[in-house]
Amino acid sequence: MSTAEAVSPPAAPVDEEPRGFAGLYRRAMDNLKSGNLGVLPIVIGIIFIVVFFSFKATNFFTANNFVNIIIQMAGTAMLAYGVVFVLLLGEIDLSISYVAGIGALTVAELQLPGSGHEINGLLAMLCAIGICAVIGFAQGSIVARVGVPSFVVTLAGYLIWQGVILQRLEQPGSIIIQDRWINYTASYFFSDQAGWLIAALITGLYAVVVIGGVVGKRRAGVAVRSPGLVVAKLVGVGVAAFGTVAICNHAKVPHGLPLAGVLVVIALVVLTFLAKRTTFGRHVYAVGGNAEASRRAGINVPRIRILVFVLSSSMAAVGGIILAANVNSVDLNFGGGTLLLNSIAAAVIGGVSLFGGRGEVRGAFLGALVIATVSNGLNTAGYATGIIYEVTGIILLLAVTLDTIARRLQIRSGR
Amino acid sequence: MNSTTPLLELRSITKSFGSVQALDEVDFEVRLGEVMALVGDNGAGKSTLIKCIAGIHGYDSGEILFEGQEVHIHGPKDASRLGIEVVYQDLALCDNLDVVQNMYLGREAHDAFQRLKEPIMEQKTAETLKSLAVTTINSVRQPVATLSGGQRQSVAVAKAVQWNSKLVILDEPTAALGVAQTEQVLALVRRLGEQGLAVVIISHNLHDVFETANRITVLRLGRNVGIFDREKTTPEEVVHAITAGAPTKVSGITPGTATAGAAS
Repeated sequence: MSTAEAVSPPAAPVDEEPRGFAGLYRRAMDNLKSGNLGVLPIVIGIIFIVVFFSFKATNFFTANNFVNIIIQMAGTAMLAYGVVFVLLLGEIDLSISYVAGIGALTVAELQLPGSGHEINGLLAMLCAIGICAVIGFAQGSIVARVGVPSFVVTLAGYLIWQGVILQRLEQPGSIIIQDRWINYTASYFFSDQAGWLIAALITGLYAVVVIGGVVGKRRAGVAVRSPGLVVAKLVGVGVAAFGTVAICNHAKVPHGLPLAGVLVVIALVVLTFLAKRTTFGRHVYAVGGNAEASRRAGINVPRIRILVFVLSSSMAAVGGIILAANVNSVDLNFGGGTLLLNSIAAAVIGGVSLFGGRGEVRGAFLGALVIATVSNGLNTAGYATGIIYEVTGIILLLAVTLDTIARRLQIRSGR
Repeated sequence: MNSTTPLLELRSITKSFGSVQALDEVDFEVRLGEVMALVGDNGAGKSTLIKCIAGIHGYDSGEILFEGQEVHIHGPKDASRLGIEVVYQDLALCDNLDVVQNMYLGREAHDAFQRLKEPIMEQKTAETLKSLAVTTINSVRQPVATLSGGQRQSVAVAKAVQWNSKLVILDEPTAALGVAQTEQVLALVRRLGEQGLAVVIISHNLHDVFETANRITVLRLGRNVGIFDREKTTPEEVVHAITAGAPTKVSGITPGTATAGAAS
């Protein structure tokens, strides 16, 4: 038909973008108009928090504490990654904290010496993730196929999985985790050399991916937007990777780059790839933006919803394992407290919209970092738990207020 | 199939929602290179008819012929496989996605690992917009939320023709637009017909209809009340048909599909 014939030879993009600063500025304005604030507010927030506590507590701005913060944020970050996808759909998953508990309980149960069903720790972790994936599938199916609101389904899940944990642990009260593989997720530290190697690997891989993308665009005759930004990102990732390793290698106890931190970064990379570079991720954003349009475009909307709930429960299992490994045990209270709300708050603070369709995985990373830093800082400075909750609450409120204002700007400028 | 065979032909399509008879033995046809308007008052069954063609919902009885062959359309994918694309009244674009992402929504170019091929999609999008003379969009990487109504409608139309489609259906394409933007979209609609596509335009606005259409099908209360050639009719005649037209065939008397073609 006609479009194919009427097409001119390739390499004639309609957009003549201004380059350099003007181009960057226009992109930023476009993002702002469409309600994307980007990571700028949160990065400024983190810098402010770090500076504040550095003055407030003498042992906050130390290499040791830096490693502590990484380990403290790991579990929450993993849960928050899953939350990002759920929120992108405009849904909610309230069950994750106790699904994380089920994950932790499963590994604890499967590594229990003398229980008769003792298996290798690595295998136990895979089983735990698998079981939680099934839980996610069940919950997601009820949401997507039957049409029960996700709030209700996962609230029921919250109660049910809490009940299961209480039932199993009523007698022993807790199960000690002795398996070294499981405990490594929170307490393995790389040697200095291995740390440097990992930093080099991360920077190198990122460079390959970014440069590969630029080459692909060139080949297709598509404009490469703001080459300056590409270079800045490369340098930023390199500095962050090597800087982190340098500080971790400076720490006395615990010494070295923690495996938990590496896992958090690996999950960040994999899930960002999933969200941004695959059809699945694109469809998640589409369904969150306009479910009816997605359906009419031929996207299998229920399938996307179910897969997202599977993902969120699986990530909950991963987070649960790390959290359990951090204390070498699973007890009656596992999954309670602020875990659920901190995970959701991490995603929201990171700029993921509760209305669906807007947000990025890295937001959850930054949000979890904020929450871990604040609670660590307040702890180090000797404040009571009450204050920690209050401050976290205020930060959450600020973040959501920013998001709402951004959204109102979008409505005003759009259409 | 010769040039007089309609690209799409509907025979005696009937559809009811519970006790409401939305379509009662409706016939409809559109040829390649022609802009066919589908008009009627609120509740005449225009949108229902379109949704039957697009596979959004099924129909109770009747048959659909595409290029002379009987076809069964059970979902949006069936329709797009045939080369039928619909541009909906509510635009069916995702505000949070950019122009390229919307153009390829549900049909992303990807490799064996489901990885998106962004450069190819971006390049093809730019080409399609250019071939349709849509020049008002600055960047194909702009989120759709930042576009004006006319630009959004242009994107929606471009999205529909991108897929080597043969039939493009536009549901109230100018409903939310200002004067200048309306002209822009109507010109685009005419261009589609001139490029050899079959185009169906649904509109309340007879100005739009007489600006673009070659023929006009009028529905009233879920029934056919006539097909008019734009050259040989007047807006007054069409308005009369919309508001007071008598059904061209009466259910139960015209015996089924055998003579349905004669109704027009």
